[in-house]
Amino acid sequence: MTNNKKTENNDPSQGKNKTDDAIIKIIGLHKWFGDFHVLKDINLEVKTQERIVICGPSGSGKSTVIRCINRLEEHQRGQIIVDGTELSNNLKHIEKIREEVGMVFQHFNLFPHLTILDNLTVGPIWVKKVPRKDAEELAMNYLEKVQIAEQAKKFPGQLSGGQQQRVAIARSLCMKPKVMLFDEPTSALDPEMVKEVLDVMINLAHEGMTMIVVTHEMGFAKSVAHRVLFMDEGMIVESNTPDQFFDHPEHERTKLFLSQILH
Amino acid sequence: MAITIPSQDHTDLKPPVTSIGAIGWIRSNLFNTWYNSLITLVVIYVLWQVIPPFIDWSLIKSNWTSSSAECHKSGGACWSIIHANIRFIIFGFYPPPEQWRPLTAMIILFTLLIVSRNRNWWSKNLLFAWFAGMMAMGLLMTGGIFGLAAVDSAQWGGLPLTLMLSVFGLTAAYPLGVILALGRQSRLPVIKSLTIVYIEMIRGVPLISLLFMSAIIFPLFLPEGVTFNKILRAQIAIIMFTAAYVAEVVRGGLQAMPKGQYEAADSLGLNYSQTMRLIILPQALKIVIPPTVSILISAFKDTSLVVIIALYDLLKTTQSTLSNPQWMGFSTEAYLFVAVIYFICCYFMSTWSRRLEEDLDTGR
Ligand SMILES: Nc1ncnc2c1ncn2[C@@H]1O[C@H](COP(=O)(O)OP(=O)(O)OP(=O)(O)O)[C@@H](O)[C@H]1O
Ligand SMILES: [Mg+2]
Repeated sequence: MTNNKKTENNDPSQGKNKTDDAIIKIIGLHKWFGDFHVLKDINLEVKTQERIVICGPSGSGKSTVIRCINRLEEHQRGQIIVDGTELSNNLKHIEKIREEVGMVFQHFNLFPHLTILDNLTVGPIWVKKVPRKDAEELAMNYLEKVQIAEQAKKFPGQLSGGQQQRVAIARSLCMKPKVMLFDEPTSALDPEMVKEVLDVMINLAHEGMTMIVVTHEMGFAKSVAHRVLFMDEGMIVESNTPDQFFDHPEHERTKLFLSQILH
Repeated sequence: MAITIPSQDHTDLKPPVTSIGAIGWIRSNLFNTWYNSLITLVVIYVLWQVIPPFIDWSLIKSNWTSSSAECHKSGGACWSIIHANIRFIIFGFYPPPEQWRPLTAMIILFTLLIVSRNRNWWSKNLLFAWFAGMMAMGLLMTGGIFGLAAVDSAQWGGLPLTLMLSVFGLTAAYPLGVILALGRQSRLPVIKSLTIVYIEMIRGVPLISLLFMSAIIFPLFLPEGVTFNKILRAQIAIIMFTAAYVAEVVRGGLQAMPKGQYEAADSLGLNYSQTMRLIILPQALKIVIPPTVSILISAFKDTSLVVIIALYDLLKTTQSTLSNPQWMGFSTEAYLFVAVIYFICCYFMSTWSRRLEEDLDTGR
């Protein structure tokens, strides 16, 4: 296991990391849905090639945090800086960040009217202006990587959930992102399909992709994460290496959560 | 717990006669309950009352080639009214020696429509063919160059006029309706409220009043001496009217799109127009094909309302034929003929839409 990271405090003001080393910096982030304070003072730095797992009870704001990173949700206070670009209402900045950040959803969100191949090429062709032929070649490479190349001409509706999620991962990878965000990528899947998706994600981890993964797959967290964050009521309660996190949780809430999730 | 394994071979066992074949079908579909039996009997009685006399009138006692005088003597249908007046019914006041021109224009139109039915043939070339076809049709109708005598649009009429008002009307109203639907969803308050006002205003008035406005009120606002083709004004009224209805249907389709589709498109970095064009509209328009086609079909039939601003569309030319004393009293035949033409066009649209739906089905 790669433990090149030391246990660190979740207070970023101590900033041991070299700032230019961090590809994502979240500083003092607050978000409200109407009057409801969903995210409260979130601080997080993610280094290049770092892999972070976020867990926590339902409604704690896990999805909201990662959705803020590519502006699917707008934050009201604090800063989010991705690869040196700060998220603001500037459309150019949003576009640039979305090109660099890939996202995989719980419910895949493939485009049902396009073939698998077209699902993968639509981004490169229209956003990156890659010629169609090159885009298709690229897409086939990634489909092979997620072991689904033979389905290229089918439509999403003709694939199993596990296959669809692997396509969704390949679709994001086609944009050559620097960071991948995963929002509970396996929780809509039947148990026998979870592994095929996790395997793809583990491969990705070994290739050095920077990843932020919201998941309750503790096995995955233990084997690939550098850090596990525990969120509750809109705050990051605990942030630790997987070993520390699972064996010596510091906070009562974390202990309670772990006892529930690990039975 | 014991399971009995069937010992004999059941392969040639047939279901009871009463449950298969014609008798079985009749029993299970027409006489399966007492009220169904009752309905069946009533329907049979009504058909018996209607169909034989109709066949007797329309075929057995009918006249196909006789003059109007002979027609009046026999009690049967007088189909001669159709072919005796066919030129006027179809072409209206278009000068008879030039009637090959609207005929050619219609043939071009039908060819294009039939070719467009096959989705495999959809291509840039077909779009180009449509463009060229429309130009050719316009030239043929108007004339004035290439040695074709100029024909004033006041002389246009009959089926070509009906088809022209519909085809141009519907093809222009559809994209306009889509744009209005997008406008209604816009985040910019100005655009949003303008489209809402437009849509609600148009939907609040009948087409007839729009046509009146286009024919009578609108010219009052034009500066002295400026005239604006009457057909074109009717055409614009039809487009504006139909577009508002298309917009509301398309809006329904847009609202049915899951949020995840927008989010996936956003996270890939597609911008608004790409998201709409490539992801959202293809799906949203597909789900609203059935209601859209209903609107287009009723818009097609509504073009006959242009009679009230004195345009001689197909229905009006037919009606005029009937005011000829010689052919008075044969309105049933004449209107049946027009009904058949309308039916063919509407049926074409609805089968085409069903086929399109099947072609576009990706097993979502
Ligand atoms: N668009 C929204 N409008 C209003 N409230 C929202 C919206 N999206 C999320 N919320 C609320 O914000 C809170 C955090 O939601 P979020 O989806 O981030 O939770 P989560 O930790 O991902 O939970 P889960 O494990 O159920 O996915 C929840 O209480 C949710 O009800
Ligand atoms: Mg969530």
